[in-house]
Amino acid sequence: MELNEFFYQHYWWFVISLLGALLVFLLFVQGGQTLLTTIAKKPIEKTMLINSLGRKWEFTFTTLVVFGGAFFASFPLFYSTSFGGAYWLWMAILFSFIIQAVSYEYRSRKGNLLGTKSYDVFLLINGVVGIILLGVAVGTFFSGADFKVDKTNLMDISRPVISTWENPYHGLEAIADWRNLLLGVTVFFLARVQASLYFMNNIADETIFKRARRQVLVNAIPFVVLFLAFVGVTLTADGYELNPANGEIFMREYKYFFNLIEMPWVAVMFVVGVVLVLYAIIRAVFSKAWIFGIWYSGIGTVLVVLSLFFLAGYNNTPYYPSAVDLQSSLTIYNSSSSLFTLEVMSVVSFLVPVVLAYIFYAWRAMDKKPITEQEMESGEHTY
Amino acid sequence: MNDLVSVVDWSRAQFALTAMYHWLFVPLTLGLGVIIGIMETIYYRSGDERWKRMTKFWMTLFGINFAIGVATGIILEFQFGTNWSNYSWFVGDIFGAPLAIEGIMAFFMESTFIAIMFFGWNKVSKGMHLAATWLTTLGATISALWILVANAWMQYPAGMKFNPDTVRNEMYSFADVVLSPVAINKFFHTVSAGWVFGAIFVVSISAWYLLKNRERFMAVKSMKIASWVGLVGMVVVAYTGDGSAYQVAEKQPMKLAAMEGVYHGENRQGLVAFGILNPEKKSYTDNVDPFLFEIKIPGLLSVLATRHIDGFVPGINDIIEGGYEVKGADGKKVKVPSAQDRIASGKLAIAALSDYKTAQKAGDKAAMEEAGKRLEKHYPDFGYGYVTDMEQLVPYVPFVFYSFHIMITLAFFFIALFLLILTYISKDKLDKAKWVLWIALLSLPLGYICLESGWVVAEMGRQPWVIQDIMPTFAAISRIQTSAVQTTFWMFAVLFTVLLVAEVGIMLKQIKKGPVQK
Repeated sequence: MELNEFFYQHYWWFVISLLGALLVFLLFVQGGQTLLTTIAKKPIEKTMLINSLGRKWEFTFTTLVVFGGAFFASFPLFYSTSFGGAYWLWMAILFSFIIQAVSYEYRSRKGNLLGTKSYDVFLLINGVVGIILLGVAVGTFFSGADFKVDKTNLMDISRPVISTWENPYHGLEAIADWRNLLLGVTVFFLARVQASLYFMNNIADETIFKRARRQVLVNAIPFVVLFLAFVGVTLTADGYELNPANGEIFMREYKYFFNLIEMPWVAVMFVVGVVLVLYAIIRAVFSKAWIFGIWYSGIGTVLVVLSLFFLAGYNNTPYYPSAVDLQSSLTIYNSSSSLFTLEVMSVVSFLVPVVLAYIFYAWRAMDKKPITEQEMESGEHTY
Repeated sequence: MNDLVSVVDWSRAQFALTAMYHWLFVPLTLGLGVIIGIMETIYYRSGDERWKRMTKFWMTLFGINFAIGVATGIILEFQFGTNWSNYSWFVGDIFGAPLAIEGIMAFFMESTFIAIMFFGWNKVSKGMHLAATWLTTLGATISALWILVANAWMQYPAGMKFNPDTVRNEMYSFADVVLSPVAINKFFHTVSAGWVFGAIFVVSISAWYLLKNRERFMAVKSMKIASWVGLVGMVVVAYTGDGSAYQVAEKQPMKLAAMEGVYHGENRQGLVAFGILNPEKKSYTDNVDPFLFEIKIPGLLSVLATRHIDGFVPGINDIIEGGYEVKGADGKKVKVPSAQDRIASGKLAIAALSDYKTAQKAGDKAAMEEAGKRLEKHYPDFGYGYVTDMEQLVPYVPFVFYSFHIMITLAFFFIALFLLILTYISKDKLDKAKWVLWIALLSLPLGYICLESGWVVAEMGRQPWVIQDIMPTFAAISRIQTSAVQTTFWMFAVLFTVLLVAEVGIMLKQIKKGPVQK
């Protein structure tokens, strides 16, 4: 059977969704950065938290970069439309990650110019702003954005830009939209829940364990409430739909709800994911020594985010709806790379299992023994 | 139109700022990674703790540099979308792939194994640790490979065809993109430049220890390894540099003309060994002599550019006016069209695309086919269609000229430096030769200058093209306000400068502190 463009467009939306889902899971690093002073009361406790996160932060960062690169390669029209249009939103996200990238390595080093406190503030900013704004950016997959795409602009020598943003706020308006913020803040609390579960698993210290366990509960409550609100808003909202016969896009009532009905396997994924996250939270709260919550909630998070991405992009749904020009909306069909490029990239994507295998191997080697006070004081490399 | 010009200028400034900052840190990762790998290999084989201590010391500096390299790198990828959005659509089908592959193949490798490199000394076996160190460096090198494939493609587009239906270029041969001779050459030139720079870094800091009478064993051994790495690197740099000049002559003659300040080319063109440009020379149209002073090596530029001493090297005016002959793809001589002709042809290409779209809307197949054929004929000049002023086609000569000559001069100096150090080490007199140590110490800033000069030659020399002949900068940007780009420019300028000062501060403290006590 020859695989056609249709298949590859779906395959690449799957890859993007998977990267997005892994990214949301890995945001536990950012969530942890917002919990440093809540969970740690003594300097050595903070050192343990920082070092526990510090051995993982690069994965989150790398996943974000790969998410961007893969989006560029597979759906370049999104890259040019959203990044060039929602300029301030993306720039703010990038700034929050730039300051993170130096903070672990520099925070406790002599001669670091700004002092440890500043770098810890950088980590806090990255934790709060980075997560919420990434949530806002993904929120626009459902709420839409004010853009137009007109490829004939390329022939206008004085203004050849094909994607234009139809408001002067360039992404700030997305931050002001409560629906996007709702998702952003939901992800924020989720990341804090996951960070707490991660600390419980990664650090062998009773006090930290106790406080982290408490944070699971404290953050799970707003997370669950906000998450239900987001799901409610999304499933009752009108959405756009593509008519594959003529390529036209039209409004459909309860679009995302119908997506769930029409793709029952997505509904199953969604429910399984939610159950896993809830199971992790409840068991972590009620059991006194259970440390495996991060695995259950992690897998659950990946499944839920995957299903949200599928709702946004499959079943003839424009994943980037234009609020000002229906027909400019981006679908996985009209924004993808050519068949040839998608094929080439698909061959490369077979490397992903290899990558996952060595990451798994490396993590196991490094995390065989959880972090302890003794290790922090042993004089080996610490942040 | 004025707003367009200023958005272009500020977007270019921002790209240059962020890329040049990033480029301060990447070469050290590439070069120091190799040197650390060699040191740890010696430790692995000998079990001598002094080598472990040495490895760990340089590794600490590697980590400090690596962090800021990561910080300055993320913006480069996303900037193509935020500030060069039209570019992202126009060639995203080709250009996006290497960036994605870089992420999948290289970044995960680096970030996984660097964690083992730093935290794994007591957690994994000696052999596994050594492997992690080499794999971190390999990851960085693979990253360089893909980004240079992408860059080379911009300078020498290959393996793609314009599709009027989607209004973009589409890839038809991945091999042509990856294995393009320009990509291969660029990769080796850049990576070996990284080795040379890593060597300069190690040599310079080791010289300081010797001058301070500290850490003699570590300093001498480090200098020896580094000088060899530097010398091998220089051989590759020189070989690929020569290859690069030849390729530039063939594919980007305007860049070569700017590198050498040639306005009116000739057969048996000399190479400027040393020259001072005339600041009065404002345009290729004025008749001002471009040089106040110059020393030329007769015929050498012709040899480098054409492999014949009598070869003709076109100058800026020749390229604008056209009419000289070059070897075509089939080996026969063809006359080069003037810039005026190419602009006219580019406008025809754009008009043909416009006709194609009109016909497509009307469902007129015959007209579409006719317009498609016209478009294909004129497509090689497509980017010229956006040119409104001939001066746009000429890169800023002083920057390119001086950068090129600084780069070359420093390259010779580095070869001499490495040879000098190795000679004194072989006589076991290095710690007595204070003057050699001082030169080595002071060479570090020269290394940075050399690297940045290379960037300027490659990237400013190709102006105005983001994709050679196909898309100029002014057709590649995003439609955003100038003030927005100005704001982010200054935000990056301040943030990166602060981070750089912090990095240098940390480095200096760490060097002063030296390796951990035995």
